[in-house]
Amino acid sequence: MALAQTYKGDALTLEQGWHMPDRGTVGIAFLIVTESALFTIFVVAYLVYIGKSLNGPMPKDVLDLPIVATICLLSSSITVVFAEHALKKGHLGAFKLWWIATIALGLEFLTATGIEWHKLIYKDHLTIRTNLFGTTYYSLVGLHASHVIVGMVFLLLVMGVTFAGFPIQTQFRRVRFLSWYWHFVDAVWVVVFTVVYVVGR
Amino acid sequence: MALLQGLGAALPEHRVANIFKPLATPAQSEYHIALLVLAITGAIFVVVAGLIVYTIWRFRRRPGDDAKQEPPQVYGSNQIEVAWTVIPILIVFVLIGVSARVIASVQNASPPPQMLKVTLIGHQWWWEVRYPDYGIVTANEIHVPTASATYLELQSADVIHSFWVPQLAGKTDLIPNRTNYSWIDPREPGVYFGNCAEYCGTQHANMLLRVVAQAPEDFKRWAAEQQKPAAENAAFQSLSCVSCHTIKGTPAKGKFGPDLTHLMSRRTLAAGAIANTAENLRQWVKDPQAAKPGSLMPSLQLTDQELGQVVNYLESLQ
Amino acid sequence: MASIDYPLERPRPKEGEFSFSETLYRWVATVDHKRLGLMYIVTALLFLVIAGLMASVMRLQLAFPNNHVVGPETFNRLFTMHGTTMVFLVGMPFVAGLSNYLVPLMIGARDMAFPRLNAFGYWIFLFGGLLLYFSYIGGGGLSGHGSAPDVGWFAYAPLTSKAFSRGASTDFWILGILVAGIGSVASALNVIVTTICMRCPGMTLTRMPMFVWVMLIDSWLIIIALPPLTAAQVMLLIDRFLGGNFFNTQAGGSAVLWQHFFWIFGHPEVYILIFPAFAILSEVIPIFSRKPLFGRAAMVGAVVAIGFISLGVWAHHMFAVGMTSWSNTFFAASSMLVGIPTGIKIFNWTATMYGGKLRLDTPMLFCCAFLLQFLVAGLTGIMLAVSPFDWQLHDSYFVVGHFHFTLIGGLVFGLFAGMYYWFPKATGKLLCEKLGRWNFWLFVIGFETTFIPMHFLGILGMPRRIYTYAPDRGWDFWNLVSSLGVIAQAAAIALFIWNVIDSIRSGEKAGDDPWDGWTLEWATSSPPPEYNFEKLPVVRSSRPLWDLKHPHDPDWKFEQ
Repeated sequence: MALAQTYKGDALTLEQGWHMPDRGTVGIAFLIVTESALFTIFVVAYLVYIGKSLNGPMPKDVLDLPIVATICLLSSSITVVFAEHALKKGHLGAFKLWWIATIALGLEFLTATGIEWHKLIYKDHLTIRTNLFGTTYYSLVGLHASHVIVGMVFLLLVMGVTFAGFPIQTQFRRVRFLSWYWHFVDAVWVVVFTVVYVVGR
Repeated sequence: MALLQGLGAALPEHRVANIFKPLATPAQSEYHIALLVLAITGAIFVVVAGLIVYTIWRFRRRPGDDAKQEPPQVYGSNQIEVAWTVIPILIVFVLIGVSARVIASVQNASPPPQMLKVTLIGHQWWWEVRYPDYGIVTANEIHVPTASATYLELQSADVIHSFWVPQLAGKTDLIPNRTNYSWIDPREPGVYFGNCAEYCGTQHANMLLRVVAQAPEDFKRWAAEQQKPAAENAAFQSLSCVSCHTIKGTPAKGKFGPDLTHLMSRRTLAAGAIANTAENLRQWVKDPQAAKPGSLMPSLQLTDQELGQVVNYLESLQ
Repeated sequence: MASIDYPLERPRPKEGEFSFSETLYRWVATVDHKRLGLMYIVTALLFLVIAGLMASVMRLQLAFPNNHVVGPETFNRLFTMHGTTMVFLVGMPFVAGLSNYLVPLMIGARDMAFPRLNAFGYWIFLFGGLLLYFSYIGGGGLSGHGSAPDVGWFAYAPLTSKAFSRGASTDFWILGILVAGIGSVASALNVIVTTICMRCPGMTLTRMPMFVWVMLIDSWLIIIALPPLTAAQVMLLIDRFLGGNFFNTQAGGSAVLWQHFFWIFGHPEVYILIFPAFAILSEVIPIFSRKPLFGRAAMVGAVVAIGFISLGVWAHHMFAVGMTSWSNTFFAASSMLVGIPTGIKIFNWTATMYGGKLRLDTPMLFCCAFLLQFLVAGLTGIMLAVSPFDWQLHDSYFVVGHFHFTLIGGLVFGLFAGMYYWFPKATGKLLCEKLGRWNFWLFVIGFETTFIPMHFLGILGMPRRIYTYAPDRGWDFWNLVSSLGVIAQAAAIALFIWNVIDSIRSGEKAGDDPWDGWTLEWATSSPPPEYNFEKLPVVRSSRPLWDLKHPHDPDWKFEQ
């Protein structure tokens, strides 16, 4: 007895083809969902503690809008899309160029964060233990920065293997997942920027 | 000791704190809604459990049943699904409505201006009781008059504790950096037992609370006694007891432990861990860790002579 | 033609002559979902025994007033480790283990979507658990205070701050759970992707077995609800190691914020824990009633509803912290709303049995007890949701009774049903039915004796988490009764373990389909080969094997 006998009529399903969503796509989507839940809690903590610090320095005294860094990070989302398209069309040279541009923009963002933190720590004497603002600020911005760093590591890895001659076109799917992750990191920055530099100031 | 009797040692003691025997208004309203909820859930239990048991019994496989013969395959019924969705929704809405009313009546009750105010501060592992209007500070026993309600301000000096005297009122937490409120109005004179109801560390179990409700004139007498300062004692003041304990009228002004000004007017030592007897007091001062392991009161390694002096002095703090 | 043969002979995995080290290597290095599933379940059982022993010591201490079996510090460590272990190292690996073993088999897949991530999930979970237990040795830290954590499984701030919790024990709690949590999230992600992407031809979502549906929603809850705990734990680490102020009340921080974060995780967590039992019942009850699950669509709807409503009820754990009357009313209302889909589930299971031919074998016995016990748990849950009533019941022994009715009377009974039901699939041997009945009845008697009195104790004003009590508070009798029940429960668990060992050694051969099942896992051999199915099956209804066995009366004629 075989299931096939029972299911003679079901050949339809098979002829039409049985397509399931791509594993990687679904996986990265839900990874982003779970990461969002993590960020949400840090954002909520930041919002809850706005204006609750017992002593200075306060956000309005020490925070400057990181306009350039923000523009860099957001445009890196565009360059990574260009890189992805170039790779899809097989233009390896253009891909490399856009990829390096993405990395450069990401590095600029991280550098700007580093400079900002240096200023806050040594000039304004705001550390993670100073007050609630310090604690929530460094935690939230730091959590985001750590995600940028993870993204950078993977971006650099792709660049490394590409320049080493690895046929990166064969890994187009993975490059695309990386680009989605990068978009996510950018989107989180929009939230962090709004909460920390607009609402919280 | 004579004074102690005068202050209500003969009061009935409600040691078994049954929430279904409420003796104050908040506990009473909680009890009433509890009865309603118990009736509803009890009815649901009888109906549903009856149905389950009946189904199991009625449709169990019996010896001699044809094992090959499958019962009729029923996949479901929309009407039935709707019925057993709608009925619970109705029940839930009734419960929500009733809850909302009781929540409002207990939480939003505005205290009358003449109400006695008491500040209750949780410590690891004892209760500090302050009467701002009387300038009294005591510990582990809240004395209140019976005729009127008492308004409680709840705070904490360290971790989270919870105020719970089941026969008077349900729980409200004592949280550091926050003030909560509760109120009680025991109708009959008596001693009502309660516990700290939020885990607060090693000796959470021995953080007992007593509410001593007295007739208004008895309460006034008690308050007048408590307002009196104590006599100084050179031997006591030379020991490090004073760095943690306050005794009104003396240089002892420590804030870390309970105020000892009228220690002997209290029923227990160490927040209810042991009864307040002469022998217990001696043992407690000698080695607090024996009666209440983990207690933040250290053993001061007193000599027998010092111990005698301290205990004698403490026994004079009527 | 892609279809499964229901072959008369099929290649069995060679149980060859492996040396011990080879066998060990095959288990340690495996990425096979079935082996990982079994490893999860065996680990969970080990932790269950450990946590059960801890509970027994606590019951021994509380059997008599002013007892001196253990001191306050040991007792506080016991209940902390008992709760933490049961939730994170027993409940969670059971979720992962069951879904790992069964989901691919039930949806006709050859493995999980990400087999290596799966292995990673197990090992990081295991090491998280070991890290927690290492606290017994290393928890003293440099200052020499403490050993195992003693802050409760809920670890309320500010009791967890450096000022009140010296030494490293709390850090072990944070890191152990954080690491184990990463494993749970990895495993849950895997289940979601497997369910969405790996179903065999014809297995539409409407035809997916109820078990898989419940596990899908369960995994959804895990990936949404665990990150808040992780985030809160990271904040606590920042407080403890970097001097941050998240929960530092001296610097204006809020002690209540931790409670919000913890219960945003914590309440969905109890649904995460009970869902595997729902999943098991939805498979076992139909098979042993010989009827399809009544109201499949409503059952799926109910699970999805619970999956969402349960994200909005957390503050019913906080009715006593002094929230506004509006918040108290809102959370009372949302908590009671969860009762509706839960009720629908109980009604549908009962309706499934109604009109059937109940085969009251051990798995079904556990299901029947589940229904009654879970009903009680649900109703006491309604009492707790009525916040004025909760002001009395909160943090009393009533609550302890309530959630043990859900987690033992519900979850553990469900798990036993599942283990008796799928043991033949996993090992090829049947568990002894006679021992099974003894196991069941002893467990029921012990369970009721231990946990019913706890409700009375709560009503008599006994708070939770106290290591001792005075003899004059009216608590002596019920505490003693409660402790006596432990004996029967321990005997039941011991019988079960013996049953497992004995049946593996010399049990009756089960065959591929001992229960006359309807889902795909019964269409392969017992135990299944590493690749599960030789040819991928094709299904046309939610009961593919029913269709196969009843060619003249197949389900697909009635389903769309």
